[in-house]
Amino acid sequence: MSTETGQLQPATDAPSWEHFPHMADMGVRGRGATIEKAFAHAAEALNAVICDPVQVGTTTPVEIRCEAPDIESLLVDWLNALVYEMAVRQMVFGRFDVSIDGSALHAIAWGEPVERERHHPAVEVKGATYTELKVYRDENGVWIAQCVVDV
Amino acid sequence: MDINRLTRLSEFAWRIEPVNGMRVPVIIYADETLIGDMDEKVREQAVNVTMLPGIVGACYAMPDAHWGYGFPIGGVAAFDAEQGGVVSAGGVGFDISCGVRTLHTGLKREQVDPLKKELVDALYATVPVGVGSRGHIRLDHAQMDEMLSGGAEWAVRQGYGRPEDLERIEERGRMAGAKPDAVSVHAKERQRAEMGTLGSGNHYLEVQEVSEIYDPAIAASFGLATGDVVVTIHCGSRGLGHQIGTDFLKRMQAAAVQYGIALPDRELACAPIESPVGREYLGAMRAAINCALANRQIITHLTRKVFAEILPEARLDLLYDVSHNTCKVEEHLIQGRKKRVYVHRKGATRAFGPGHPDLPKVFRETGQPVLIGGSMGTASYILSGTASGETLSFASACHGAGRAMSRHQAVRTWGGREVVDELAARGIIVRSPSWRGVAEEAPGAYKDVHDVVIAADRAGLARLVAKVTPMACIKG
Repeated sequence: MSTETGQLQPATDAPSWEHFPHMADMGVRGRGATIEKAFAHAAEALNAVICDPVQVGTTTPVEIRCEAPDIESLLVDWLNALVYEMAVRQMVFGRFDVSIDGSALHAIAWGEPVERERHHPAVEVKGATYTELKVYRDENGVWIAQCVVDV
Repeated sequence: MDINRLTRLSEFAWRIEPVNGMRVPVIIYADETLIGDMDEKVREQAVNVTMLPGIVGACYAMPDAHWGYGFPIGGVAAFDAEQGGVVSAGGVGFDISCGVRTLHTGLKREQVDPLKKELVDALYATVPVGVGSRGHIRLDHAQMDEMLSGGAEWAVRQGYGRPEDLERIEERGRMAGAKPDAVSVHAKERQRAEMGTLGSGNHYLEVQEVSEIYDPAIAASFGLATGDVVVTIHCGSRGLGHQIGTDFLKRMQAAAVQYGIALPDRELACAPIESPVGREYLGAMRAAINCALANRQIITHLTRKVFAEILPEARLDLLYDVSHNTCKVEEHLIQGRKKRVYVHRKGATRAFGPGHPDLPKVFRETGQPVLIGGSMGTASYILSGTASGETLSFASACHGAGRAMSRHQAVRTWGGREVVDELAARGIIVRSPSWRGVAEEAPGAYKDVHDVVIAADRAGLARLVAKVTPMACIKG
C-alpha cells in the first residue's frame, strides 16, 4: 500500500485516508461512515506521515482521552494526543478504536515501539494545526476529518 | 502572487496598502521572479497579521516567504504592549528558536577530504538524528528547570562546550525571562529523551566548504577564507518547543475570545501581551529558546568529540548561533520614536547591524553574522546585518531557501536513494535513517537559495559575505 492513501471504501470509491499537499507541511484527511471512523482514519493518515502503515504491528494498546469545546478542536486535540504519545513512548500506531460522546473522545490506539530498521520513520510530526481544519459530512453522507500537521 | 495587486517600492520591495481593517501596510522584499512564484496565501496571511491589535510599522515578508499556518513563514511583525499589542504562538511557530550555528574547523578542504567518509560516519553514529533517536542525557525535574532557565550557559556549566562559546550566541547563550513553571508537564516529558538530538525534517548537520567570498573585509573579520571547512548545525527546541506551541495555540484560541480579539484566521490565535496567558506564553517560549540553545550547544560538544578523534587538529570555534523562530522584546524606531516592541520572527533571522548595542564587541563593526541554511545539495550563505535593516524590517532577514514544492510532491518526484546517489556523484555524502525523509528534503524541492540571498542583499536587509557548499550531511 502506498503511504499516501489508505484502502478504497466500496461505498464512495474514496480512500479511507489520504494526505493532501501543503507547501511546508502535510495535510491529513480521514473519511468514514461515522465521525468516529473519520477520526480513526485521520489518525491513520497522521501515522502514515511518519512511516508505512503496513509495517506497523498493533500489539500494544494505549488509552487516550480528550475533551474540546467543538468537534474541530476535538480533532486537533485527538491528533495532538497521538503526537504526544508517539513522542514520549517512542511508538508508532496502526489501529484506532475511537468513541465520541458529545465533546469527549475516548480511544484505544494500537501500536508498537518504533524500530528504525523496520519502520524507516521518515519525519516526526511536531503538532496538528488549525490550518485546513474541517470536520463535516459530504454530499454522500461520508464524514470527513482533516487538518494540516506541522512536520 | 499577482504583482498587479502590489505597489512596487523598488526593484526588491513591494507594498500592500492598509485597507479594510488592516492597521499597517504589508511590505514584501523579493525580486519580480520570487514574488511571482510566491503563493497567494503569503499575501493573504500577511494581510491577516496586519489586523491584529497593537501591530506597529508594517508586517514584513522576507524573500523566502511561504505559506505557513496563521503567520506566513518568513514573516516579521512587531507589537506594542502599550497599544494593546498581542503575542501569538502561531507567530513564532512550533519549532521555537529553531536556528543555525556555524563552527570554524580551522582546516582546509584538502585536510578534511581524505577523512570525509570516516568523519561523516562518526558524526552519524554520535549525533542522535531522526525519528526514534534518543539523546544520551536524561534530566530530572530540577535539572530540566535549570536547563530551561540557563540555556547554553547551563550546557557549558555541565561541560558541554567552552565558556568563550557564549559570547557568540544570541542573548549570550541565555534568554532572560524564561519561566520553567509556565512549561507544561507534557512539554517537559517530550523533552526528557531529546536533549542533544538533531530531529528530522529539514534539520541537519553539515560539513561545508567556504566556496566564495563576496565581502572580503567582513569575511576576514568573521574568520572566513575560501577553502575553509566549517560545520553548520540546524535544529531547534525539539519536543519541548513543539508541545509549547501546541499547548498555547489551544489556550490562545480561548484567550482571543475572552479578550474580544477578532481573528481573521483561527491560526492567528493570540493573547494580549499584558494578560496572564500572554505573559505565560512569553515565559514558556523563552524557556524553549533556552532549550534550543542548550540543544545546539550539546550537539556542538558531540561534534567536537568526533573531530577530536578523527581530525584532532580541528579547532571548532563558534562563529555564531542565530535563531529564526522567536518573539523578542527589542527597541526599534516606530514613527521616529524609540519604542520597546515584541518582534515576532517566524522563519526570519534577526540581523542587527553595525554598532548595535546588543551585539558582542567582535561584531560591533561588521554587524552580526546572519546564517542562512540551504538544502543538502545547494549552498548555504553567511550574511551580515546592515544599518539599513533596522528601518527596513526591524533588523530582520531571510532564514533559508523556502520550499518550492510540498513534501507530497517531492516524494512523487524523487526517490531517496536516487537523491543520495546523485549527491554522492557530486562529492556530497549524505547519511540519513530514512530514504523517504531524504526524498522529502530533495534539493529540487526548495527554491534557489541564491536568488533569496541576492534579494535580501539587494533590498538592504543583510549583506552577502560568503557562500558555503556542502561536503557531507547528516539528517533525520
